[in-house]
Amino acid sequence: MEIKRTATAGTMESSDIMVTVAANGDKGIAIQLTSSVEKQFGKQIRAVILSCAQRLGVDDASITVVDQGALDCVIKARTETALYRAAESTDYTWEA
Amino acid sequence: MMFIPGNNPAMIKDAYIYGCDSIMFDLEDSVSPTEKDAARSLVFHALTTIDYGDKELVVRVNALDTPVGIADLEAMVRAHIQVVRLPKTESPEDVVFCDQQLTRIEKTIGVKEGSTGMMAAVESAQGVLNAPSIAKASTRLIGIALGAEDYVTDIHTTRSPEGIELLFARSMILQAARAAGIAALDTVYSDVNNEEGFRKEVALIKQLGFDGKSIINPRQIQPVVEIFTPSQKEIEKALAVMAAIEEAHKKGSGVISLNGKMVDRPIVLRAERTLELARAAKVLKQEA
Repeated sequence: MEIKRTATAGTMESSDIMVTVAANGDKGIAIQLTSSVEKQFGKQIRAVILSCAQRLGVDDASITVVDQGALDCVIKARTETALYRAAESTDYTWEA
Repeated sequence: MMFIPGNNPAMIKDAYIYGCDSIMFDLEDSVSPTEKDAARSLVFHALTTIDYGDKELVVRVNALDTPVGIADLEAMVRAHIQVVRLPKTESPEDVVFCDQQLTRIEKTIGVKEGSTGMMAAVESAQGVLNAPSIAKASTRLIGIALGAEDYVTDIHTTRSPEGIELLFARSMILQAARAAGIAALDTVYSDVNNEEGFRKEVALIKQLGFDGKSIINPRQIQPVVEIFTPSQKEIEKALAVMAAIEEAHKKGSGVISLNGKMVDRPIVLRAERTLELARAAKVLKQEA
């Protein structure tokens, strides 16, 4: 999928995560994470986001993330939604 | 059945804690039109990740006359949802269409046809009048429910504490459910701070014959459980009926009596239902 515009999914509410996706000028995937549990879970959060992007065939994106204690399933959901919105695609493939 | 807004991660992740029997993830009225995609994805990933234990898992999809509703079905069947709740059901054709879509998706992904159940929510005068044919329109249907907020608007009134404006709809939905052999579920009670009013409504719908109540707050679970769970006295009476039957069988007698009164079929059926409810509530200490 190609990122065509900047898009956001998620909120700043507790247990949620706000994910903003924008094009990255062919510089690959860059993840900027703000989380109160960065030290404990930062690596895991980044891994989930990267995995989502790779699954959807996104190889160029700037992903800005503000975490409010989201579970992995919430991170996946919000990342996927932001990526699809940014790619202006509704061609969802559902994979757990 | 506890309603959970489908775009709320905090409520979704905690839903299994509260002790309700059924969790209904809502993709319809509680989700804003611009967030339908986000809610769909959130519920899909929650269903395929979180262990909700023995709770019945239901999702209320959007109306199927829109691409949003069909997209909801595509995701939720793939998430192996147990029951799809169809909103604003007006006719048996609405049920049949949903059934056909579920069959199509089940075939596409290779799961057993019929493995996704359905519940029809009736929310209008037309739907209420068609309740008997709606309730029999598909073998997937496990229940029929009343959605009172839309219904009272449709019939040009408002909800009252006594609920007289819902009497006809409740009665029709109940008869339809019983004739079709499926469950009847009552509508939500929106005033979560009014426990007394809620208890009165739950007692009323139980007496009418409903199988359960939709709720929107964990505080409403306990009153429903208390009112629907048979009392110890009712359980003992039911056990005595079953014991009288066994005694009569042993004697080869075709007439069953208890305390000098004849026990006929309706009494037996009511006793069996009492014991079934007691087992479900895990309050049955001994079996006959």
